[in-house]
Amino acid sequence: MKTKNRLLLYGLLLVLCVPFVFPTWWMVTSSFKPNADIFAFDFAPGTWTLEPWRQVFTMQPFAQQYFNSAYIAVVVTLGTLVVASTAGYAFARIRFPGQNVLFLVVLTGLLIPSEVTIVPLFRMFNSLGLVDTHWPLILVPMLGPPSVLATFIMRQFFITLPGELEEAARIDGLGRPAIFRRIALPLARPALGAVAIFTFLHSWNLYLEPVVYISSRTKYTLPQALTQFTDAYQGQLWNVQLSAASMTAIPVLIVFVIAQRQFIEGLAHTGLKG
Amino acid sequence: MNYWTTRRRDLLTGYLFVTPALIGAVAFVFVPLVLVVWYSLHEWNVLADTFDFVGTENYRKLAEDPQVPGVLRATALFSAGLVVLNLGLALVLAVLLNQRLRGTTVFRVLFFSPVVVSLLAWTIVWGFLLQDNGGINAFLDLVGIDGPNWLRSEGTAMASVVVVQVFKNVGLNMVLFLAALQGVPQELYEAARTDGAGPWTVFRRITLPLISPTILLTSIITVVGSLQVFAQISVLTQGGPGTSTTVLVYYLYQQAFQFHAFGYGSTLSVVLFLIVLALTVLQWQMRKKWVFHEN
Repeated sequence: MKTKNRLLLYGLLLVLCVPFVFPTWWMVTSSFKPNADIFAFDFAPGTWTLEPWRQVFTMQPFAQQYFNSAYIAVVVTLGTLVVASTAGYAFARIRFPGQNVLFLVVLTGLLIPSEVTIVPLFRMFNSLGLVDTHWPLILVPMLGPPSVLATFIMRQFFITLPGELEEAARIDGLGRPAIFRRIALPLARPALGAVAIFTFLHSWNLYLEPVVYISSRTKYTLPQALTQFTDAYQGQLWNVQLSAASMTAIPVLIVFVIAQRQFIEGLAHTGLKG
Repeated sequence: MNYWTTRRRDLLTGYLFVTPALIGAVAFVFVPLVLVVWYSLHEWNVLADTFDFVGTENYRKLAEDPQVPGVLRATALFSAGLVVLNLGLALVLAVLLNQRLRGTTVFRVLFFSPVVVSLLAWTIVWGFLLQDNGGINAFLDLVGIDGPNWLRSEGTAMASVVVVQVFKNVGLNMVLFLAALQGVPQELYEAARTDGAGPWTVFRRITLPLISPTILLTSIITVVGSLQVFAQISVLTQGGPGTSTTVLVYYLYQQAFQFHAFGYGSTLSVVLFLIVLALTVLQWQMRKKWVFHEN
């Protein structure tokens, strides 16, 4: 490429970057400002203060809420990996009567966003006495529509495995569960990684369900907790809110920066390639 | 082990493996879907504890609800705006980053990073920036433009919500497009260039058709995703000003969980489902026309 074109391209990319990068930068820097300075848009805060970061924990049981989000996301992710990889494997590699019909049942689930069924699900959990518990936030994502998508991705991946591998294992005397565990699953690591990322982010970002199901502050998850930092007059305490927002964004960002290659490639290579 | 024992164990494993997924699909997708249709035929107030069969009354109410045209308009605007901007920008970024250029990995990471910033954090910081005295207007002030109150003006609220969402997730589609672009055989480009085709012709005649399956897939995912938007509306505009950003899911949430009209909320859910279904079928049909090849 000619130097002139190259410079032009770099310039274009730099300009395009701004709305992607600066909000995060602003979020973090503003979180160190006193609330009075919050609308002075300097590139770095004039007065640094850790006060908003401290207030996050005094205004709400934020550590508890952080723990809620973290353990729910971990449980949902692990559960989805088990459910989706076993079902995906069976649909792809084992022949059994009724398979196509059953797969269609699961597949149709892709068409039905969880927002459509929120009213009956609320009703169901209410009659089971599970409203204001974390069960709906765990069970629905782990077994409902997001898990259906995960099953589909896993099936698409297992279909591409060469059959000779399994035949060889079978001759060596391995049964189905052993073939799945020792041969198919280790090979599926990229797909499992992508499903894990998707599932974790989905759970971490879940907002409608917590708002509908959870009413006690100590049971709030992070997205719900983030909107609660207001002063006595319901005015938004921006600096405190932005500190809390930073705290929810930073762990995932750090993991992403460390593992960005696997992260991006994992997402790109999951049968989603079309 | 003889053949029949192996076969029987295979069957057992097969059924065992699909059972949790099936239970999930039935309990959390199909049963609620049937129930939501059933509920939509009822007048159901949770506070008053009434649950009466009213037939199609809720659907008549829907047809006469003065809010509904505005809600459908907002939903359509959001989806159309999001899909066009998201796919367009994703394609532009993917093509730019597919050039042989040092440092593209860094740019890939930067464009992708909002995907991993939590949704609420991203939405809150944009809410902060888009205020009347916020960062966007402070920046516009520098270049002598008096910016509007983005989230509180009828003309700009919806556009703002769309743009916030585009920047949040365009990285995902960009990555999928990049993967597709890298799958286009280099020989085709070389052959086209030998035939004297310009860059635009090459892009339109070779690149676009070859990545069209990915475009179809991302557009389905993006359209269906756009119909589910809730958190962004709830945090940025609460459906306002007026009802200019009251999308269907937000209206359904208001009716069911704020006004406790579960029957009418269910009716709105059925409408949402029908829209998702229609759009998916439509796009699937369209693939025959504009998708070049299928695996």
